Amino acid sequence: MLHLQNIEKVYRTDTVETLALKNINLDVAKGEFLSVMGPSGCGKSTLLNIMGLLDGPSRGEVRIDGQSTARMSDKDLAHFRNKSIGFIFQSYHLIGELKVLDNAELPLLYRTMSARERKRLATEALEKVGLANRVRHFPTQLSGGQKQRVAIARAIVGNPEIILADEPTGNLDSFMGGEIMDILTHLNKTEGTTIIMVTHDESMARRTHRLVRLFDGSQVQ
Amino acid sequence: MLKNYFKIALAVLGRRKFFTFISLFGISITLTVLLVATAFLDQVANAHYPDTQRDRILYVTRFFKWSRTHGSINGGNLGYYFITHYLNTLKVPEAIGFASNSHLTNTYLGDKKFSLEMRQTDAHFWDILRYDFLEGKPYSQAQIDHGDRVVVIGAKTRDDYFGRGASALGKYIVADNVTYRVVGVVRDEQVANNLTAADIYLPYSLSKVSLDSRDLAGDYTGFLLAPASSDVPRMRREFNDMFAKVPLMDKDYDHQISWADSYIASYSRNAFGGLGTKDFFANLERGSDGLGWFYLSLTLLVLLFMLIPTLNLININITRIMERSSEIGVRKSFGASSRTLVIQFIIENIFLTLLGALIAVALSLGAIALINRAQPISNMYLSLQPRVLAYGLGYALFFGLLSGVYPAWRMSRLPIVTALKA
Repeated sequence: MLHLQNIEKVYRTDTVETLALKNINLDVAKGEFLSVMGPSGCGKSTLLNIMGLLDGPSRGEVRIDGQSTARMSDKDLAHFRNKSIGFIFQSYHLIGELKVLDNAELPLLYRTMSARERKRLATEALEKVGLANRVRHFPTQLSGGQKQRVAIARAIVGNPEIILADEPTGNLDSFMGGEIMDILTHLNKTEGTTIIMVTHDESMARRTHRLVRLFDGSQVQ
Repeated sequence: MLKNYFKIALAVLGRRKFFTFISLFGISITLTVLLVATAFLDQVANAHYPDTQRDRILYVTRFFKWSRTHGSINGGNLGYYFITHYLNTLKVPEAIGFASNSHLTNTYLGDKKFSLEMRQTDAHFWDILRYDFLEGKPYSQAQIDHGDRVVVIGAKTRDDYFGRGASALGKYIVADNVTYRVVGVVRDEQVANNLTAADIYLPYSLSKVSLDSRDLAGDYTGFLLAPASSDVPRMRREFNDMFAKVPLMDKDYDHQISWADSYIASYSRNAFGGLGTKDFFANLERGSDGLGWFYLSLTLLVLLFMLIPTLNLININITRIMERSSEIGVRKSFGASSRTLVIQFIIENIFLTLLGALIAVALSLGAIALINRAQPISNMYLSLQPRVLAYGLGYALFFGLLSGVYPAWRMSRLPIVTALKA
């Protein structure tokens, strides 16, 4: 489903050139739950950003469902992300000014859909993560675990084929982290959603189907 | 989606209250000044008492003659001869009237000194201009022809001269050392109507200037009333055709010109006609009314006035938008294109400026009440008519667009990863 070929990512400033990823070749099958591990600064998040079309590779190609993303316009990429990919970030990235329900329905704003339908789907997504009773709360009124659940609801509300999670349990204690993992595992099993998760936590990684390890920008496992 | 934008816009306004205050203060003060200025221009330029039929009237205010050979030019308003021998031959107008320029004179009642503006008119002047007669009626053509010393006065003149509330009808008033009988009292008009406003109106036959002169230039303005506003272009063509046949009366000059203009054009021609042309005479021949320059100047003035508040708002908007980079990153991640985000931020900014416009309307109402009370221009009463409010809405939308586009564009170029990290 997701195919990375000879991916290289170089960050350049006026004086320094940093090779963040080199020669990454990776295939992720539909319905797979993959974890990416490695020390800080090894390129995990960079890889995730490239897979999620948030950033482009300096070299190489990303293909999703056989479709090359290299020549997609800003609008095409936005459309593709909206339809096919859901993101979960370590620091949640909820919009503080919006209530839980409004945060959860955000991806649907960029689809042609009635407000009623958006509300229905967002409520359903929040029910799936056990937050149906918090729809009128603001993010500041929630615990870290609850915020991450809202973020998951936002990621799944549009029924994407792929979920990219960047250290989704990184800011949570082990209990809450375990709950988040339960939700992701359940999603993968019941909905068949492909999940790629960056983590530092070996125990979380063990709960996924496959582990990819990076070191200094290269794939070592 | 709009609801979502408004929710965000409201929340952002509440987030940094000092920034919000500065933004709204700048917007509302700017729009207040523009609204009051527009109300003033609207009052001056558009039809109002007693000149309520401006869409049907053409004003013939100027006559010029010049010699290309000698490089000399002469002119002014219209001569009585021009009006009676040429203007009155026009067939399209429903009525043709005229009035002189106003002239200041002093008069005394006991020890009390009055300064009065006097204007001579014909009888049709009263048909074309819609004065409210508080007492009596206008002088008739028969009275004009007979040389009766009769006048129509304004309400303030009546109150000052005869006492507040006292009737002036049939009483006598001395002006310019001549005693006149009052035959009518009209409601006062704003003094900015400088083609019609006066304290005393008297028949042109009482003019101290000889009416026998064959000079086409003189002291009068002609008013041509078309049967309907749709007849105005036809009336103008007839005037131009007529004027083309007016013979040169003075052998020292080889060209002459006069124009039948709309009210605004009669001013813009004086102020802007000929702007941008090197040859003054050539411009006179072409007859540019300067309306284009007039509107351009107004637009530039508005833009110039908006410039500093706009730059201020752009700066604040950039700061505020960049504070929201995480939100920008999230929206882009979940499918917002750069274009969608630009639209969102422009809508938010327009929402802000419309809020400022609401405050500006309240401030303008206060300012206008003060101006109307202080009467810096006698008898001019400003108001926020729907037309002025429509202009205000236009200013607000334009202001919102102008100050929102650049910050929105800059924000939309932010890479997603950078936005999420900020």
